[in-house]
Amino acid sequence: MSDATNLIQLEHVYRYYGHTCALNDVSISVGKGEVLGLLGPNGAGKSTAMQIISGNLAPSAGQVWINGIDLLDQPIAAKAGLGYLPDQPPLYRELSVDEYLQYCTRLNRIPARQQRTAIATAKERCGLTEVGRRLIGNLSKGYQQRVGIAQAIIHAPAVVILDEPTVGLDPLQMREIRALIRELRSEHSIILSTHILPEVQAVCDRVQIISAGKLVLNDSIEGLQLRMRASSLLVGLRRSPSIGELQQLPGVEAVEAVGDDSWRLHYRPEYNPAEQLALEAARRDWGLYELIPERMSLEQVFVDITRSDPTEHDEGAAA
Amino acid sequence: MIWQIAAHELRRMFLSPLAWSVLAVEQIILAYFFLIGIDNYMALQPRLAMMQGAPGITDLIVAPLLGDASIFLLFAVPMLTMRLISEERRGQTLSLLLSAPVSMTEIVLGKFLGVTAFFMILVAMIGLMPLSLLSGGTIDFGMYAAALLGVALLTASFIAVGVFMSTLTVQPAIAAVSTFGILLGLWIIDWAGADRSGEYSGLFGYLSILRHYQSLLKGVFNSSDVIYYLLFIATFIVLSIRRLDADRLQR
Repeated sequence: MSDATNLIQLEHVYRYYGHTCALNDVSISVGKGEVLGLLGPNGAGKSTAMQIISGNLAPSAGQVWINGIDLLDQPIAAKAGLGYLPDQPPLYRELSVDEYLQYCTRLNRIPARQQRTAIATAKERCGLTEVGRRLIGNLSKGYQQRVGIAQAIIHAPAVVILDEPTVGLDPLQMREIRALIRELRSEHSIILSTHILPEVQAVCDRVQIISAGKLVLNDSIEGLQLRMRASSLLVGLRRSPSIGELQQLPGVEAVEAVGDDSWRLHYRPEYNPAEQLALEAARRDWGLYELIPERMSLEQVFVDITRSDPTEHDEGAAA
Repeated sequence: MIWQIAAHELRRMFLSPLAWSVLAVEQIILAYFFLIGIDNYMALQPRLAMMQGAPGITDLIVAPLLGDASIFLLFAVPMLTMRLISEERRGQTLSLLLSAPVSMTEIVLGKFLGVTAFFMILVAMIGLMPLSLLSGGTIDFGMYAAALLGVALLTASFIAVGVFMSTLTVQPAIAAVSTFGILLGLWIIDWAGADRSGEYSGLFGYLSILRHYQSLLKGVFNSSDVIYYLLFIATFIVLSIRRLDADRLQR
C-alpha cells in the first residue's frame, strides 16, 4: 500500500523495451522535503525511471504513487501534483518566456486569477524576471534550463522531477541551478538524476544508484560518506625509517613505498594510526613533513558499487 | 482544457511564417480561379440569358470555386498537420503535455480543433469571395451554405487524417507525405470501382471522400454525406488517441 509519508513511491517496477529489460524490480521512495539523487552510468535506466514517475511511460509491471495517488489508475489527479523537467527541457522556442509559462499555468489548471502570481513567483525563483519578454529560442542554454525548471514548479507541485538539470551548463550556471534546487527543497520533494557526483554531495539528502536497470544502493548522504572513509594514509618522512618500523605501528596492515621518502600506510578501518604515527615520528625524529588521510572519492565508491554487484552482469551484458 | 490547447496551437501557428504563407498563397490562387469563373460566366452570359431555367452564378462560379478550393486544401492540410504531434515528439516537448494533468483525448482534440480553427479562417476567406458577387447579382444562399458546409467538413476530415499520421511518426515530412497519400487515395478510390457503364461500385463510391463533397457542392444536403464526414473524423481522432496512448506502453 501507499505510505502516506512518502510523496513518491515506486514499488517493484519493471520496464521492458522489447526484450531489453531497462528497469528490473526498482523501488524508490521519497519523503516530504527530501532530495533524492538518482545516480547511474549512462544507459542505466535513470531516465526511464524518471519518465515512469512523470507518467510519460507506463511501467511493464509494478506500481507508482504520487502524493498517495496511484499514477496508473488516476493519472490526471496524480499528475496535478507533479512537475517534470526531462533531460531536454520541453520548450517552444518561438514563444516568449511569459507566453510559455502562461500556457503551462493553463495546462496545469491553475485558476485564471492565480495565473499571474504563479508566473511571477516561478520567474522570480528561477531568476527569469528580466527575460520574461524574450523569445525562448534566443535565450542561452542556462536560461532555457531555468525556464524548464520554472515550468516544473509553476503549479507548486508536491513532487519535482529533474532529469539531469545541470547537464551542458557552465560551472557558474551549475552553481546557480544547485542553489535553486537547495532552495526548492524547503517546499517540494525532489528527485534529481545526474551523473555528476559532486552535485549529489552538494544537494541531495539521499542517494539511490541504478546500474543496468537494478537498484544497487539506497543510502543517505552520510552513509555514502561513510563508505568513502579513509583507509590509508600518505606519509612523508625526511629521514625514513625501515619498512619494518612503520609496519610495527598499531593498526597498520601494509606499507608501500610511494617515492624516496613517502609511504602509503594501509590500516584497518576501525583503527586510524595517524596520531600514533605523529607521536612516533616526533620521538624518533623521522622528520614528518606530510600526513594526508586518503579518502575514497565518490567516483571510486560509485565505480566500486556499479561494478562489484555480480548479479547484474550476466554473460550477455558483459560481452 | 481542450480549448486551451487549441488556442495554443492556433497561436503558435500564426507565429510561424508557414501559416501566413499558406493563407497568402490560398488567396492568390483562389482569387485567380474566382476571376476565371467570372470570366467564363461573362462569356456564357448571352447564351444563358436565352435559356429557360439556366444555371445561375452560384452554379457557375461559386460551386467550381469551392471545388477548386478542395484541391488546394489537399495540398495545404498535410503541411500544417504534419508537425502537430511528430514535431513535439522530436523536440521532446510532448512530455510537457504528458506530465501535465491532461488526458490524451484532450491533447488530440485540442490539437485537432486548433488546426481546424486555422482552416476555418481559411475557408471563411474563400467564402468571402463569392459574396462580392452580391454587388452585381444574387446568389443562392442555400446552395452556398451547403457548399461551405461541404468544404468545412472536407477540411476537418483531411485534418483528422493529418493528426493521425502525425501521431505515427517522429518525422514531420513522413507525416505529410503519408497524409497526402491517404487523402489522394481516398480521392480517387472510386475510379477503380466504376464499371463500363460508368456506374460506381457501392463500397468504393461510398468510401470516396470526394463524392460526398460533390453532392454538397451541388446544394444537395444529404444527411448521409454529413454522417460520412463525421464518422470519418471520429474514426481518425479515436485512432490518434489510441496511438498516443500506446506511446507510453511500448516503444
